[in-house]
Amino acid sequence: MEQLQQILEQALAQFAVISDEAELEQVKAKYLGRDGSLTALLKGLGKLSNEERPAAGARINQVKQAIEAALQQRRDAIAQAKLAARLAAESLDVTLPGRGISSGGLHPVTRTLERIEHLFHSLGFAVSSGPEIEHDFYNFTALNIPENHPARAMHDTFYIDPEHVLRTHTSPVQVRYMENNQPPLKIISPGRVYRVDSDATHSPMFHQVEGLWVDEHVSFANLKGVVQDFLQRFFEQDDLQVRFRPSFFPFTEPSAEMDMSWKGGWLEIGGCGMVHPNVLKHVNIDSEKYLGFAFGLGVERLAMLRYGVNDLRQFYESDLRFLKQFN
Amino acid sequence: MKFSENWLRSWVNPDLSSDALSHVLTMAGLEVEALEDVAPAFNNVVIAQVLSVEKHPDADRLNVCQVNVGEAENLTIVCGAANVAVGVRVPCARIGAVLPGDFKIKQAKVRGVSSSGMLCSAVELGLATESDGLWLLADDAPVGMAIRDYLELDDKLITLKLTPNRSDCSGMKGIAREVAALTGSALESVATVVNPVTHTEQLSIKVEDAGACPLYCGRLVRGVNAAAATPVWMQRRLERSGLRCINAVVDITNYVMMELGQPMHAFDAATLSGGITVRRARKDETLVLLNEQTAVLDDAVLVIADEARVLALAGIMGGAGSGVETTTQDVFLEAAFFHPDAIAGRARRFGLATDSSFRFERGVDFAATLEAMERATQLLLEICGGNVGEMTQVRGALPVRSEITLRSSRVARVLGIRLECAQIADLLTRLQLQFVMKGDAFNVVPPSFRFDLAIESDLIEEVARLHGYDNIPALAPHAALTMLPYSELQRPLTRIQQTLVARDYQEIVSYAFVEEQVERELCGNADPVALQNPIASNLAVMRSSLLGGLVGALRFNINRKQSRVRLFEVGACFSKSADKYVQTRRLSGLAYGSLAPEQWGTPARAVDFYDVKADVEALFAPQSVRFVAATHPALHPGRSAQIFCGEQSIGWIGELHPHWQQQYDMAQACVWFEIEADAVMQSRVPRMSEIAKFLPVRRDLAVVVDESVSAQTLLDAMLQASVSYVQEVVLFDVYRGRGMEQGKKSLAFRVLLQDTQKTLTDAEIEPGMALLVDVLNKCGAQLRM
Repeated sequence: MEQLQQILEQALAQFAVISDEAELEQVKAKYLGRDGSLTALLKGLGKLSNEERPAAGARINQVKQAIEAALQQRRDAIAQAKLAARLAAESLDVTLPGRGISSGGLHPVTRTLERIEHLFHSLGFAVSSGPEIEHDFYNFTALNIPENHPARAMHDTFYIDPEHVLRTHTSPVQVRYMENNQPPLKIISPGRVYRVDSDATHSPMFHQVEGLWVDEHVSFANLKGVVQDFLQRFFEQDDLQVRFRPSFFPFTEPSAEMDMSWKGGWLEIGGCGMVHPNVLKHVNIDSEKYLGFAFGLGVERLAMLRYGVNDLRQFYESDLRFLKQFN
Repeated sequence: MKFSENWLRSWVNPDLSSDALSHVLTMAGLEVEALEDVAPAFNNVVIAQVLSVEKHPDADRLNVCQVNVGEAENLTIVCGAANVAVGVRVPCARIGAVLPGDFKIKQAKVRGVSSSGMLCSAVELGLATESDGLWLLADDAPVGMAIRDYLELDDKLITLKLTPNRSDCSGMKGIAREVAALTGSALESVATVVNPVTHTEQLSIKVEDAGACPLYCGRLVRGVNAAAATPVWMQRRLERSGLRCINAVVDITNYVMMELGQPMHAFDAATLSGGITVRRARKDETLVLLNEQTAVLDDAVLVIADEARVLALAGIMGGAGSGVETTTQDVFLEAAFFHPDAIAGRARRFGLATDSSFRFERGVDFAATLEAMERATQLLLEICGGNVGEMTQVRGALPVRSEITLRSSRVARVLGIRLECAQIADLLTRLQLQFVMKGDAFNVVPPSFRFDLAIESDLIEEVARLHGYDNIPALAPHAALTMLPYSELQRPLTRIQQTLVARDYQEIVSYAFVEEQVERELCGNADPVALQNPIASNLAVMRSSLLGGLVGALRFNINRKQSRVRLFEVGACFSKSADKYVQTRRLSGLAYGSLAPEQWGTPARAVDFYDVKADVEALFAPQSVRFVAATHPALHPGRSAQIFCGEQSIGWIGELHPHWQQQYDMAQACVWFEIEADAVMQSRVPRMSEIAKFLPVRRDLAVVVDESVSAQTLLDAMLQASVSYVQEVVLFDVYRGRGMEQGKKSLAFRVLLQDTQKTLTDAEIEPGMALLVDVLNKCGAQLRM
């Protein structure tokens, strides 16, 4: 039995210093292999008496199990050490930049338009659009601006031919939409418009969003409500003050100009009013039954205020150093 | 519309500061665009008379003056101005005065001589930007009077941005009427004078177009002194209205226009031949205008003529050669009502915008024409003297103001607030609108001075305006809730834009008008849509493609040292088709420079055709589009393709032609694409099909073929053969070079075969593969051994 204890101690001592899987297996054979010392002892059991055999067998088996356990432990330790070494060797500099392309961005006007569309969409406004080369009729006449009306002079119109203009506002879409749809109607119409004007605050091309709501019960108070709601949501400022000032547009009556409070003063943000009965008449909508309100907002103006842009012309210069700031 | 606040306050004087008054006007729809001081702040400056001038003992250029400032004791003042002289009356800043620029006047010694004040130039008072010495005042300027009082400098200039509907506010009387209505202040009432007639001579007046001129008044005033000086108060009011003083008679007509809103004209009677006719111009008649411009007329234009010639463009501008000069002795005064329809747009035709046309095309109070004539006559008598002739009036059918019914229920519906009938009645009364109440409705007859009140809505606006827009609450609307349609057959454009953004493209917005040469040469558009009045010659035609704007933006950025530029734009493009303008929304992009931004982990490589083609394919996926080699004036002929969706051409892709690359001074070519937005937005509702239970079999086919044969040719041929079990054929390798004959390439295809019912055996697969090889052979491709 001394021998057994010796074998165990020897095995454990040998295993403890081995750090290679193959070597470990070789050493294992010395004890548990066919010619292993423990195997030899097991084989020797046959020589023992029937009385001695069970106890001796049990003791050998105990030692065998202890050796096997130690062996497994060593195997795991070696595997773990190997994995640890591999992981250490494989570690990356995670601070190196990621590989591949970067990403671009939307134009600030598009970004603003998306925001506007989204806000009005939440109130159920559909989006409608119209042509940019517009017939004189839709741009003016149908909007209650007959030929020679002084309001035409205010529009600084680009002409393509005597009958066609570059639309000076998005209001013609109102008429086109009402021609083809029956009330109740609720649309916004974003798009490019054109005026013969160019300086730091005027561009010959800019964007407007037209809004129109025709229904049996919409009032000037509702117009104020919707526009104020929009501006407060757009600027994320619940206490934003909005002011309505009487004005004149041939296609609305009453008409108003919308101002919003900004840095202690008032800033004009667009025009609005109740749709003029003549405009409804043009599209065969009964103005006794239906009322409507319409508004027009300057998109660049909103973008300038929101993002702190101070020169309108920057929107159209396509300078990447400018554009990338809005990504 | 610009005027002196003091003038307005002489008509109506509410107890409001200038700022408060401006606010009231603005909030009533008469927007005050500017409120400016007539003069900068200064004080203690009085009118002084110079009594003596002596040379300064120690300075050549200085004089020592004794001046009278209206007090018992004269002041000694040292003055350096060259134009100082005994007797002149000049502004004198007294000790303690503070002049503009915070310049304080103190008792001082100038080269040893004590000086008790300063004689001033207009510059020193901040009233001019340059001067050549002391400001010499009129000989009757009252000595000792504060200069601010004498020149009425405690006044402000109000500029109104008048909307076209409010012509009634284009005279002091009308603005005062409005202020009275808004503030409740009393309006100064001015009784119309009737000037005694002292001679009976009249010019004959004939109105041929009574519709265009329903009222024409004329009067001959004889023996006037047109050289008389225009009184200072009148000059001042005119100048503060932005009008230049010309001569007394012209000034009087302008003054009456500013005061009452009625434009007038004065003719030198000696220049007239026979009577006056108001008529349409004859075709090609000409008139040299007061501004020396020659107008070529036609029958759309109303004119004032005598028997020999056209004298004036009615309601717009007088002609040269019949106007009043300082030598004029007999004046023919005209005050008329020209119908807005007869004047509107006419001035603009001649590039004119006059004070007169501004008023007539918006509407002038036809009930006040006679009043204006009498007022002008009165002023003429006072200032220039003369004998007043009988007034001649030719009357046609003046506009009729029809009754308008205003229902209080409608007011409530439109405005969203309920106003009591008594409230509405009060508002109408303040606006001088006559009405009769019937139940809860008002029958209103608008006054002659309002041209903007024709329907009920107009009156509702008046009620709202006077009640105050601020007093109408902002209310959230109530409406039936229904959902908006949301089609799956179309992808929103924003999603497509986002795809490009994710693929590293930056969106731009460029002008829709471009240089004509760009359209013609770069875009190959022989007949661009041109603007009649472009803002600049390089923005003269409408774009037919977004290419011009993108290339312009690329060059702009290259010039700013950007070496990698990837841009896109979405916008309408324009072309002509028969008699129509075609407007198509397109999506276009270009990539220039390296494929990826400079980085450590990827070798740098210039972006090429296939990189951008992948971007285009990604936009359409899962829809597939076809690329067919084609030439475009902007593109490299061997590296450009037309993009097809089904049978329809929907766009272009290609590398910029080396010729343009060189002309635009680009280090490398950019790759550009343009597609129709509608095509790329098309989508479908997916329908699931059963997933095959059996695994597909893959067979590869490598062939050698002439360079001239496109991959698409082989793919199309194989697909058209409709070989059994073939599910998919994909090109996965292209090889040229070593081991390959010059002018040949090797293409490798992956063929996937599958049956839904069973696993395929070689026996089932081989005939199909043989068929494919056969098809390839017919295209000139040989199986690669």
